[in-house]
Formats: sequence, C-alpha cells, structure tokens
Amino acid sequence: MAELIRLEDVFFYYHSPEGEEVKPAIDGVTLSIDEGEFVAILGHNGSGKSTLAKLLNGIILPSGGDVIVSGMNTKDQDKIYDIRRKVGMVFQNPDNQIVATVVEEDVAFALENLGMPSEEIREKVDEALEAVGMYEYRGHAPHLLSGGQKQRVAIAGVIAMKPTCIVLDEPTAMLDPKGRVDVMETIRNLNKEYGITIILITHHMEEAAEASRVIVMRRGRIEFDDTPEMVFSKPEEMDDAGLSVPQTVEILNEIKKAGFDMDIGALTVDECAERIKNFLEEK
Amino acid sequence: MSEILRVENLTHIYGIGTPFEKTAIDDVTISVEKGEFLGIIGHTGSGKSTLIQHLNGLLKPTSGKVFVAGKDIWQDPKEIRNACFKVGLVFQYPEYQLFEETVFKDIAFGPRNMGLSEDETESRVIEAVDFVGLSHDELKKSPFEISGGEKRRVAIAGIIAMRPDVLILDEPTAGLDPYGRDEILSHLIEYHESRGTTVMLVTHNMEDMARTVSRAIVINQAKVMMSGTPEQVFARADELFEVGLTVPQITRVFVELKNKGVDIGRPIYTVESAKEAILQRKGGGMGAS
Amino acid sequence: MLRDITMGQFFPGDTIVHRLDPRVKIITAVYFIVVLFIIKGFWAYALTAAAVMTVVAISGIKIKFIVKGLKPLLIVLIFTAVLNALYTPGEILWQWWILKVTKEGLIVAAYMIVRIMLLIMGTSLLTYTTSPMKLTDAIEKLLSPLDKIHVPVHEFAMMMTIALRFIPTLIEETDKIMNAQKARGADFSSGGIMKRARALVPILIPLFISAFRRADDLATAMECRLYKGGGKRTRLYELSMTKEDYAVAAISVIVLTGILIVGMKVL
Repeated sequence: MAELIRLEDVFFYYHSPEGEEVKPAIDGVTLSIDEGEFVAILGHNGSGKSTLAKLLNGIILPSGGDVIVSGMNTKDQDKIYDIRRKVGMVFQNPDNQIVATVVEEDVAFALENLGMPSEEIREKVDEALEAVGMYEYRGHAPHLLSGGQKQRVAIAGVIAMKPTCIVLDEPTAMLDPKGRVDVMETIRNLNKEYGITIILITHHMEEAAEASRVIVMRRGRIEFDDTPEMVFSKPEEMDDAGLSVPQTVEILNEIKKAGFDMDIGALTVDECAERIKNFLEEK
Repeated sequence: MSEILRVENLTHIYGIGTPFEKTAIDDVTISVEKGEFLGIIGHTGSGKSTLIQHLNGLLKPTSGKVFVAGKDIWQDPKEIRNACFKVGLVFQYPEYQLFEETVFKDIAFGPRNMGLSEDETESRVIEAVDFVGLSHDELKKSPFEISGGEKRRVAIAGIIAMRPDVLILDEPTAGLDPYGRDEILSHLIEYHESRGTTVMLVTHNMEDMARTVSRAIVINQAKVMMSGTPEQVFARADELFEVGLTVPQITRVFVELKNKGVDIGRPIYTVESAKEAILQRKGGGMGAS
Repeated sequence: MLRDITMGQFFPGDTIVHRLDPRVKIITAVYFIVVLFIIKGFWAYALTAAAVMTVVAISGIKIKFIVKGLKPLLIVLIFTAVLNALYTPGEILWQWWILKVTKEGLIVAAYMIVRIMLLIMGTSLLTYTTSPMKLTDAIEKLLSPLDKIHVPVHEFAMMMTIALRFIPTLIEETDKIMNAQKARGADFSSGGIMKRARALVPILIPLFISAFRRADDLATAMECRLYKGGGKRTRLYELSMTKEDYAVAAISVIVLTGILIVGMKVL
C-alpha cells in the first residue's frame, strides 16, 4: 500500500512563558504509516503521543525535521487545507468539536466550508451518518446526546470530507464503557469496511490491542513499533514506559515468572483461557 | 460496627408534572457501615449520581429519608449545609472546579467554609496534601499551572481537608493513564487504612473495584440490583452482562475457562488470586504443592 | 431553574407560519412594528389586533403561552397606563388632590396598552415560530451585502451559531460547578448583595477558564474541518424563497399597508 504519512527525524519543543525552549516533547521521531493501516499509539501522559497527533495534520509544525503527508510538507502553508482534507482529526472532548445546533448541520460543516452544492452535501452527510450509525439522530440537538454519540457525530463530521486517514486523539478518554465500545466499533468498521487509515492515540491497552500495529512512546521517542502481540509480550518494558498490559497477558506472565514455559502474548479473553487450559492439561 | 450512613426508601423524581418526568431513584434502602470501603457500580443513567448527591444533602428526596451518623439530615432544613461537612463528595473530573490563586487557598476553601480557624485550616491543608501525595512546593503554585493529574489530586485534597466522616468519589480515575490511576488508588487505599474514614467509590472500572472495595452495590434502572462482596457480585457475571455491565477481565478469563471445561472451583477477580489458583491446580496435578 | 424562560423561546411546529422563510418573517415583523407606531384610531388598532390573532391561530401557538410572554411586562404596562391616564390634558373625569384622570388620558392609556401588547405578541410570534438558528441564518443573508464594505457579517453569524449551540452545554456546566462548590460548603443563598457577589467567584472563574479552553479546542477542530471564515460557504439548507413565501409576503405587505392607510387617515 502507498505511504501516507512520513515523519523524518522530527523534533518538537514547547516554549516556556519566558520564550525558552523546554525539554523536547518529541525527541527525534522517524516514522512511516501506509494507507489502510490501523495504528495505535500508546504512551503515558507526557510521552508525546498527543503532540505527535497534532503534528500529523499541521496543527503544530515541527521544530526540527519534516512531516510529509502524501508528498506534501505540513510546513507548506498553501497545502495545509489539502493535508487536512486527507488527514482528519477527532479530539478527546466530545462537546468541543460540535459547532452547529443540529447534528446533520454539524456533519455538513466541512462540506459547507468547501463550498459544495447543497444536494451533494445532503448525500455525503447522510452517508457519513450511516457509516457511524447515527442517521436516526440527524435532526437532534447535540447537547441531548450521550458522550459516545457525540463522538460518533464528530467522527461523521470528519469522514464526510472523505479523508484518507483519521487521527483520533484519545477519543474514548471521557466516555463511559458503553460509549467506548460504540466508538471503538465505529473505528474498527471504518478501517475494515471503508479502508480508512486509522491512527488511534490511547492509553487503553484493550483498544491498542485491536490495532494491527502498536507504537509505544516514551519521553518523546518511539520505544516499540510492532504488532500488539509482540508489544504486549514485554510486560516489564511496558511497565517502564508507564503503561500496563491487559490482565490476560499479566496472568500468563505470572505463570511464566513461576518458571514455566509460556507464550504470554494473548490479547483476548478466549486466547488467554485457551492457553491456561492447555497449561493445566499438559503433563 | 456502627452505621454511618443510611438511606431509607429513598425516591427521587425529576421534573414532576413536566413531560420530562423521570424517576431516577426508586425506593432504595442502603446502609453503610463505619470504616467500610464500599463500591457503587452502575451505568450512566442508572441513578447512581442521583443517589450519591442525596448523601451529602445536595439533593432533597422526593420521598424517603437520609440519615448521617444516625441523624435525619432533612429534619432541620436550616442545618442541611452541615451534611456536606460530614459527607465529602468528589465529583467526576473535579479538577474543573479549581479557582483560587494558589493551590493552598483552593484546598483551604472547604475548611474555611466550615468556619475553621486559620491555624486549623493550615494544618488540614498540609495533612490533605500529604494524603494525596503532592509536595509542599506545589502549595504556592497556581492551580492552573500544574498538570492534569496534579490538579485532580488538589481537588481531592480539597475535600479530604474537610475531614469528612465519609468520602465519596465519583470515577476518581476517569481519563487518567495507568500510572495515574495506580497513584490515585494507592493513595485512596492508604487514606482509608490510616484514617479509617468510610470510603465510597463510584466507578465502572471493575478492575479498580476489585482492587479496593470490601463490598459492592450494583444500581440498575433506579433500583438496587445486587449487593455483596466483590466475589459474590462478580460471581453473578451473567446477570451483570445482561444489564450491560461487565466484570474484571481476569474474571472473564475464568468464565471462559469454565466454558472450556476447566472449573477452578472458586471465584477469581484479581490476578494474584488467579495465579495462586492456577499454580495450586498445576502443583496439585503433579503431586507436589 | 434556568430553563424556564418562555419569552423568546421556540415552539417547533409545521404550520405555514413555521415554514415561512425567516427573512420574510423578519421583514414583516419590522414593517409591523413601524406600522404599529404610526397608526392612530380605533379601526386601525382593531384591524391590527385581528391580523395578529389570525396569525396566532394559524401558527397553532397556544394562547396561554402568548399571555405568559406578556407577564414580565405587566408592571411596565400598568406604569405606562397610569402615567398616560394622569398626565394627558383634557376633560377631567376624576380628581384626588393633585392627581387628575382625564377622558383623553384614559383613551391614550388604553391605546398605549393595546399597542404594547400587540407589539409583544407580534414579535413573540416571530421567535416562537422561528428557531434561533433560522433567525441567525436570515439575518446573515439579509445583512450579507454589508460584506462588501468589510463588515464581518458571516463571522458574527458563526459566533451566534456557536453561542446558540453552547448555551445548554454551559447551563449544564454551571450547574455542575455549583454542585461541586456546594459540596465544599459554598453558600449561594444567604447574605447581602456583596456576600452573594463574592460567592459567585468560585463559579465564574472555573466557567471562564473552561469557556476559553472550549473556544481553543473548537477553533482547532474547526480548522481541521477546513473553516476559513468569510462568505464563500454553502449550506446544507440554503434559504430560498418558495411561491408560498412570495404569496404570504405579498399578502402581509398589502394587509399592513392597508392598516397603515386606515391608521393615517385618522390623522
């Protein structure tokens, strides 16, 4: 698949109120993401993962190095709208992304900004709402929706632009379990059914486990970049990175630590139970 | 042990007479023992938020009674404010309530509202700051220049400084990363153990619940659905799944294991107990322990 | 608590009045106000009242809501009526000490009351049958020629939209903050004015800080969805005049102008 986003030796420094450079939030990151991937970026608070997200569509520009999206450099002011049309972004706070007083009008926002004709907007809005399962709520006022519903509306507002990629910065952090499940299902669907590239920033291990590739960040650098099974098979390193592993991995690791032979990278409840069963039944 | 908190036949109906009328709590009776670490489990909309707001007098029952330390808090409506001094309530995302110029002043807000002397206030602020694991240097800073996790701890300290008999926390680990969650829970456990304050934890996070509470109450659709030790509650996993709740991941592993034909024999809801059970079974099978 | 504001509220419905292009409604309302202030005499007022009641009937808005909207102005009405009754020179009907009530005074007072009532009813009809969003859209379209002389009409309209969108959210947040501070012993209900004003600080500061954060987040989100400001935006629902709109506009103009002529003849 074609390369969509490339980070070349990127550095980013926030500035203190006095204007001095504070220690780097992004400390030398080189990364490549292809179209169609489902990538999870894991990291503790302060690891740089949210800063990384904002670099991907030019909300912030690198202090050093380059961020290239489909051959366009984010530093190129002329290309910034094209970049944002290709790489959409969904944020953590469900409320602070919704601009209009009615759901369907909010989903139409990006298309209205593009100057699209009314009938075309109608079509694309309906498609987007169907894709996130919120079509029946199209006439509702946003403040009456639950957190999970609001996030799905926000996602619809982004996919209405038909972006190649969506970056989601901790989209479930403020949601209850049901909201989280609904949003994750929507995201999974967008990647599987519609082939949209997903970059999911999160600190929830179960969510990262759904991706095909997990990047672990620590202190502005990439610690691991591998499949979820491989990454979660390193509980001690994950602990160092301020993260944990799912309990499914933890229990198998405890058995391994007790001196037994065990492949600990089980991410689902079923897999874990299967390995425990085999362990108990082998002589 | 004596009872510190009690609600009796508590009912709360919002918007009576309007088209939006809703019964949020329906004839609920709950008793809380002094020194307990109690968990409240329930969905958004189950009624749990409404319930806890009755415990500190923020909401008035439509019918039913609320007793704090044996006294009906609504008996003398003029005294209702005292209820919030006895029962401390930390809301979700409490960091959004910070407003003072310094961390010290913000934590002191509660004690000052109680009419305590400056000396007493100061010692309580220091005590509270220690309990939440913040350094004394933070006291001089503005609450708006510290990190999100620190802000949350300041907010919790603000309630702890009031030395409530009961501390209720609504989703205290919401939005925090694993490290942050661990910090808050460890400090809560320590607080509970050292002060013996009754603590109530309202959360969806079953792993947090399993780690901290000695008893859990499940609220569903305005009523108490079940109550018991974590073991007893998580043993009824199927009923919990039915109402859209869940159990700790490790419990689900053992439910699945049982489905595959291996019954470990006792309810498992922490990784430590899981490890013990498995190794015991393995050891027993090999003739050694 | 904060949710019970009837005056200015929107009642959804599917009548002609509801469906009418909001620009027609606004211009008609403006013309209506002008006419109301010019006309004099019984017949003009009677016709106006009849016209207003007709529209109320068509719109399906219940009388009790119209009346409810008048309640806040009861005091103003009575005050105005009394002043006019007492201070208009003419044939004295009743006198007590220095207070004189004249026949002319009573007539003027009566007309004044009717005028204010009709004014409120007429303009309330506008807000009862038109959502704030549609009103904003209409005003934006009507004022858009000002764009050419660099008046930021479209930016103002976007500000209005966002404000409307966030009002319920901010009300909810204020409630939450109040509860959090009450849980810390804050007292909002007792004390004199100064004490109560100071008690608002723990609510206002968090609210402001949160509002600034919202604004920042929202601006970023809007940029990510390609917002550039300005007037080249199209809309999901473009305001466009239908035959129905033109017909009603024509009728309204004719009726109001008719009333105007009747009302001015009496001059």
